[in-house]
Amino acid sequence: MAQQSKTQFGYRRHPDQDRAVTDPAGHPVVVVGAGPVGLSLAIDLAQRGQPVVLLDDADRIGEGSRAICFSKRALEYWDRLGAGQRMVDKGVVWSVGKIFHGASQLYQFNLLPEQGHKRPAFINLQQFHAEAYLVDRVRELPAIDLRWRNKVIGLQQRNDHVVLTIETPDGPYPMHAHYVVACDGARSSLRQMAGAEFAGQVFEDQFLIADVRMTAEFPTERWFWFDPPFHAGRSALLHKQPDDIWRIDLQLDPDADPAVEKRPENVRPRIARMLGHDKFDFEWISLYKFQCRRMDKFIHGRVMFAGDAAHQVSPFGARGANSGLEDAENLAWKLDRVLHGSSPEALLDTYHVERSAAADENIRESTRSTDFMAPGSRQEARLRKAVLSLARETEFGKRMVNGGRLSVPSTYDTPLSTADTEAWRGGPVPGASIPDAPLGARPGGPTFLTEAFIQTGTRFTLLAFANGAAVDPPDGIGVIHIGVNDGDLVWTRYDAEPGTAYLLRPDGYVAARFRHPTRAALDTALARAAGIN
Amino acid sequence: MALSTSSNFAKPDDAFRAVVEAHRGLSDEQSADLDAALVLILANHIGDLEVLREAIELARRRMVDASQQQQQQQQ
Repeated sequence: MAQQSKTQFGYRRHPDQDRAVTDPAGHPVVVVGAGPVGLSLAIDLAQRGQPVVLLDDADRIGEGSRAICFSKRALEYWDRLGAGQRMVDKGVVWSVGKIFHGASQLYQFNLLPEQGHKRPAFINLQQFHAEAYLVDRVRELPAIDLRWRNKVIGLQQRNDHVVLTIETPDGPYPMHAHYVVACDGARSSLRQMAGAEFAGQVFEDQFLIADVRMTAEFPTERWFWFDPPFHAGRSALLHKQPDDIWRIDLQLDPDADPAVEKRPENVRPRIARMLGHDKFDFEWISLYKFQCRRMDKFIHGRVMFAGDAAHQVSPFGARGANSGLEDAENLAWKLDRVLHGSSPEALLDTYHVERSAAADENIRESTRSTDFMAPGSRQEARLRKAVLSLARETEFGKRMVNGGRLSVPSTYDTPLSTADTEAWRGGPVPGASIPDAPLGARPGGPTFLTEAFIQTGTRFTLLAFANGAAVDPPDGIGVIHIGVNDGDLVWTRYDAEPGTAYLLRPDGYVAARFRHPTRAALDTALARAAGIN
Repeated sequence: MALSTSSNFAKPDDAFRAVVEAHRGLSDEQSADLDAALVLILANHIGDLEVLREAIELARRRMVDASQQQQQQQQ
């Protein structure tokens, strides 16, 4: 089961390294860590016109599949970054999950039961594929300067810049940056250099991940077992990935010996019992414990933290990589505006406000899932047993069973939002992400709202529903006109009446909405959403 | 206070007996399982988190009282 790296990149000496130590190169923004979060952030910034230096201490991607579930929201973000279609083409699309107890099915759920969305609820895709596609996209963008085998070993905060010391195969060199974004993962070395706290809850239970290669006829669904016949008293998870690879997750005893459990000869019989045959090969086996924790502050001076560097959750719920991508989309437009001077630096503070609250929500949800899977006391186990047995007979019991609540974007309680003053029966509230909807016939134009948002420029955008009093949109913002020909779905999903208008943020969240927009109200809401008071 | 603590049953003794008799013939372990299921069924029926929290608080007060009594006895 040799795991070879999927893509290898060469180190190349950069002219910055030839400069005198006393005259280091300066860059507006340096992103550290070329994982899914760092790559996405760099692409987003570059598309907004910012030159980005992207550093990574390795020279390859690979090492098992790690994150595999990418959410609808993540796919919509990658669509904006010009990388979504390849992900979906390669990925395994799914929306149905089944929960089993013992040998029988308790219930099934559909994460996207309605039509009219460009993207599915989830795709399964190995992280190394996602990273490879993002690297390909990076190479199309000359504004991104991606430097492999550039390891940050020193960080000093100054009043108006950061001084980084970067180690390379040719030795160290200094670099100045106005802002640094640390996307360098759970063991973030920048977090340590910043001296930041990273406290949280440690879970004692151990889980074994195996990626196995086989041709099988299981449907493309997420299957979760409580107390399955092949793994008594514990839980198990089965997921399909591309390339005939299947992800198997098995809960182990807290006192299981990792070295013993990890041996293929010990893993194989257990998985053979699960699958009913042993015609499979191992691609990757890993044993892990996890923690749920986040940094107190996502911003330290001129250094911002995103993804696993800022927060960690249990893997049940696909909240790790997906929430990291939500960090990137949240930060990119704010950083861009501050670097352009079109918003004050205080706008960056809302990155911490919005994303740390999202991290708390993700930690809460994934901790609950984990506690349900691994009850901490006899009474907790007893209550879970009651829920599982009630789930066979009752609807409420089914809804209480927690085999992992899957990632959905948070709704921000944020100073950037303008509170509703009119009556709404539905639609996304200020601070919520925009739901997709199909649009009517527009020759050569977008067929989905998410596409219209991209074509309008992924900036502050007015979503204007037809047949109201005319209002001039503020200068510099995009406008998407929705007519009656666009069909009912978009009107219904936005609880729209003639003249309804939504002000969308550049990350595709609602800033404000109006039944009867006026220019003055739009100007005020726009200034607030841009952090200009 | 959202939780009703006035007497809601016409015949409270019947309600008490119904719960007591549900446990007849059960081991302690089975009784505990029954209670766990019953709590969840009733909680769902109430369907109001605030009421549930107040009920939990009222029930937990007994544990606090019991441990205080124990401490006083030890002193």
